[in-house]
Amino acid sequence: MWAFIHKLGSPKWFYAISARLLPWLWVAAVALIVTGSIWGLLYAPADYQQGNSFRIIYVHVPAAFLAQSVFVSMAAAGLVFMVWKIKVADMAAAMMAPLGACMTFVALFSGAVWGVPTWGTWWQWDARLTSMLILFFLYIGVIALRGAFTSRDAGARAASVLALVGVINIPIIKYSVDWWYTLHQTASFTFTSRPAMPAQMYVPLLLMVLGFYCFFIALTLTRTRTEILRREGSKRWVRQLVEGRL
Amino acid sequence: MNAKRKQKLYIILALVGLAAVAVGLALFALRSNINLFFSPIQIAEGKAPIERQIRAGGMVREGSVERDLDSLDVSFTVTDYIEDVEVRYSGILPDLFREGQGVVVVGSLQPEGWIRADQVLARHDENYMPPEVAEALEASGYSPADYKEKAEEVSKRVEDNAASTQN
Repeated sequence: MWAFIHKLGSPKWFYAISARLLPWLWVAAVALIVTGSIWGLLYAPADYQQGNSFRIIYVHVPAAFLAQSVFVSMAAAGLVFMVWKIKVADMAAAMMAPLGACMTFVALFSGAVWGVPTWGTWWQWDARLTSMLILFFLYIGVIALRGAFTSRDAGARAASVLALVGVINIPIIKYSVDWWYTLHQTASFTFTSRPAMPAQMYVPLLLMVLGFYCFFIALTLTRTRTEILRREGSKRWVRQLVEGRL
Repeated sequence: MNAKRKQKLYIILALVGLAAVAVGLALFALRSNINLFFSPIQIAEGKAPIERQIRAGGMVREGSVERDLDSLDVSFTVTDYIEDVEVRYSGILPDLFREGQGVVVVGSLQPEGWIRADQVLARHDENYMPPEVAEALEASGYSPADYKEKAEEVSKRVEDNAASTQN
């Protein structure tokens, strides 16, 4: 196990191992998202109160899950980079940030669109909505901070520190609906308890969540591979690889 | 792990821990400002300012909604089932506004103890279900809010209903 993790830290090994995983991950992501979307949007029953606007859940919840998971992964990669000086971890963290920012935006936007017909407002400064907006700004901050240094190493360290400190926001987002009075309701769908909806509604949601996670892993691996080639362009194995293909 | 890396790991974790404590204390100090609304208990205790814009939240008491026949005026009682506060509003209510459902009203508390609402927002609980499940719950004497505890108990009734509508 440890040997495997150590090997992953080497760009060459990472490049080789990810090549074997990637086709499976991409196929799983596309299959799960396509099945989940069609099932959720066409075949799942409408909600007894909200009717069809309930179907926004099939985008909103997976996007919100990813928004938080990507941030935690980014911070974990930052910690690995800071403590063990593993370059691949920093490349992965850099590649995750834009996806996380996009997912946070999707969660905020789909939530606003959903809020208009159900709550009667698209925005309130409630603890869940505000902490999610802060997460979006943290992503923007991590991306900007990385680019603000001329030395790549200094930018990587600054971005890692911000990501690690920003992780404090994640439990605040998760528990905001329990700790304070909010407009947002408590969680309907978690991995730890029975969902607050029947199977014909939550199975497509589960497929969408798993599909989004596969998409996240597949996209991060693909982008990290490209980044490895870019940063390690002067290494012999990269040159051999490129020449061999040309 | 060598000693230098271990030390670095501990320093980083300690810094994150300290930052978490600082944020936690700040949020604890600001807790009343982070709450989106005052509950009827807090209003009864006099914690909400009078004649300034506030938000109040709770459930719409069953049977309390009175609509004026000639205008959009409506009055209802917001309750946490301990204390009540009366709300008067003139305007269109959101689609999910229902008796027994959560609501957040934006408005000002009058000295007489009722709220003049400028905006009424509907809250939604975490339960989603198709209409036949909601009907089955209600037919068994529960509310759709009891979904998590009671769904299995009434699932047979849902299946029977589905079978009878197909025949």
